[in-house]
Amino acid sequence: MLEIRSICSFYGKIQALYDVSLKIEPGEIITLIGANGAGKTTTLMSICGIVPPRTGEIFFEGEPIHNLTPEKIVAKGIVQVPEGRLIFPRMTVLENLDMGAYLRNDKEEIKKDLEYVFDLFPILAERQDQLGGTLSGGEQQMLAISRALMARPKLLLLDEPSLGLAPLVIKQIFEIIQKINQAGTTIFLVEQNAHQALKIAHRGYVMENGRIVLADKAEALLTNEQVKKAYLGL
Amino acid sequence: MDYFWDLFFSGLTRGSIYALIALGYTMVYGIIELINFAHGEIYMLGAFTGLIVAGICSVLGLSLISTLVLAIVIAMIYASAYGVTVERIAYRPLRNAPRLSPLISAIGMSIFLQNYVLLAQTSKFVPFPNLIPDFAFMQPFEDFIGPSELVIIVVTAVAMTVLTLFIKYTKIGKAMRATAQNRKMALLCGVNVDHVISMTFIIGSALAALGGVLIGSYMGQINFFIGFIAGIKAFTAAVLGGIGSIPGAVLGGLILGWTESFATGYVSSDYQDVFAFCLLVLILIFRPAGILGRTNTKKV
Repeated sequence: MLEIRSICSFYGKIQALYDVSLKIEPGEIITLIGANGAGKTTTLMSICGIVPPRTGEIFFEGEPIHNLTPEKIVAKGIVQVPEGRLIFPRMTVLENLDMGAYLRNDKEEIKKDLEYVFDLFPILAERQDQLGGTLSGGEQQMLAISRALMARPKLLLLDEPSLGLAPLVIKQIFEIIQKINQAGTTIFLVEQNAHQALKIAHRGYVMENGRIVLADKAEALLTNEQVKKAYLGL
Repeated sequence: MDYFWDLFFSGLTRGSIYALIALGYTMVYGIIELINFAHGEIYMLGAFTGLIVAGICSVLGLSLISTLVLAIVIAMIYASAYGVTVERIAYRPLRNAPRLSPLISAIGMSIFLQNYVLLAQTSKFVPFPNLIPDFAFMQPFEDFIGPSELVIIVVTAVAMTVLTLFIKYTKIGKAMRATAQNRKMALLCGVNVDHVISMTFIIGSALAALGGVLIGSYMGQINFFIGFIAGIKAFTAAVLGGIGSIPGAVLGGLILGWTESFATGYVSSDYQDVFAFCLLVLILIFRPAGILGRTNTKKV
C-alpha cells in the first residue's frame, strides 16, 4: 500500500533521515518505535509532504507521492494525527471535525461519518459545541483521531497518540485504534510506548538516529533481547 | 447635547474607516504574523481608483448612486489585485525567512507604492467629488449627522457583518481560522495555505479600498500620502483592540475614532493625536495583548 524507498530528509542543513525504507501492506497495523529524536515524526512528516524527502521515493498504491503537496497527499487518503494533537483551540469540536472533512463534498456521507465518530467517542457528541482548547488531553486526542477519520483515510498515521495521557485513557485509545483497523483502515503507528504499540501491531520497525535498524513481526520484536533492553525496560 | 452627538457621530465615522483598514492588518497578522506596512498604500490606491472611476462616470453622465456603487466595486477589485500581487512578489518568497525580512520588504513596498502614485498621478492634493447624495429624510438630524457620515457608518456595519458571517460559516472562512490557529494542522487537513493567504489579502485590500473611496468622498480631497497616516492610525487601532482579533480591530477603530473626535471637540484639535497615542500607551501598559487580544495558553 505504502512503500518508502531509501528516503533522506533534512531540516535545513541538518539531516534527520538516512536511507529510510519501509513497507506497509493494506489492512496492517505497522508500528515505528524508537527513542526521542530518532526521526519517527520526521518520517511521518515526509510521508505527508510537510518535510518532503530530498532523495528517495515514496509510493502509495503504486503511484509516486514524494513530489506532491500536502493537500494532494491528504486527497489520496493518507491522513495524519500529529504529535501534540494540534487541535484548533478556538474552533468548536464540530468545526474541528468539519476541518477533517475539508476536502470532501459528499454531505450525506460526511454526516454518516460524523455519526460514526460520535459513536466511537460519545463524549465528543456531548461536547460538540465546546471550543477545542477547553477539552482535556484525552478528549483532545479523541478529537484529533476523529478529525482524521472524517477525511475517510485509507492509511491513518498516528504520531504518539498515548503521549501525556492517563493509563486508562491510553488503554481506551489503543482499543479504538484496533477497532478502526478492523473496520478496514490501514494504520501506521509511531510510538515511544513500545510495549503497547507492539501488542496491537502486526509488524514493527525500530528506528535509531534517523535509520531503520530492525524490522520484524511484532511478537518477534517483543521478545527480541535488544528491543527489550532498549525500549521495553526489561 | 447636539454638540456631543455631533462629536459622537463624527468619531463613529472616523472610527468606522479606521476599523475597515485595521481589519486588513489584523487578518494578515493573524495568518502570517506579518505587519503589512503596505496596507495603508492599498487604501490610498483604492481612493485613487475610486476617483478615476468617478471621473469616467461623470463623463458618461451616470447618476450619483451608480457612480458611488461603481467606484466602490471597481476600487475594491483593483485594490485586491494590488494586495494579492504585493503578497505574491514581496512576502511569499520570504515566507521562511527570519521575521524581520518580510517586515522590511513591506516597508519597501509601501515606499514603492507611494512613489508610484506620486509619479503616475501628482504630489498635490486632488479634489474628490462628493459621491453621496443628500437624503431628504436626514433633514431633521443634519445638525449632528450628515448623509456621508450615515452612509459610511451603515456601509461599514454591513461590510463587517458580512465579513463575520463569511469567516464563521463558509468553508474558506473556516480554513482561514484554522490556518491562523495552526498552520501545520491546516496543511494536514488538506487546506491549500497559499490560497488562504491570498484570500486574506483580497479581503483585507477590498475593505481598505472601500474605506478609501468613502473617506475620499467624505473629506473631499486625497493625495499619495493619505495611506501613511491612515495606515498608522489603523495599525494603532488593530493593536489597541488586540492584533489578530477581528472584533478587536473594530472595537479598536471605534475607540480611536471617538477618542480623537472628543479630544478635538472638547480640548483642542492640536491634541487629537496625543490623546489617541496616550490611549494606546495606557492600553499597552495594562493589557499588553490589546483589549480583546489573547495571551497564548497551551495545554500539554
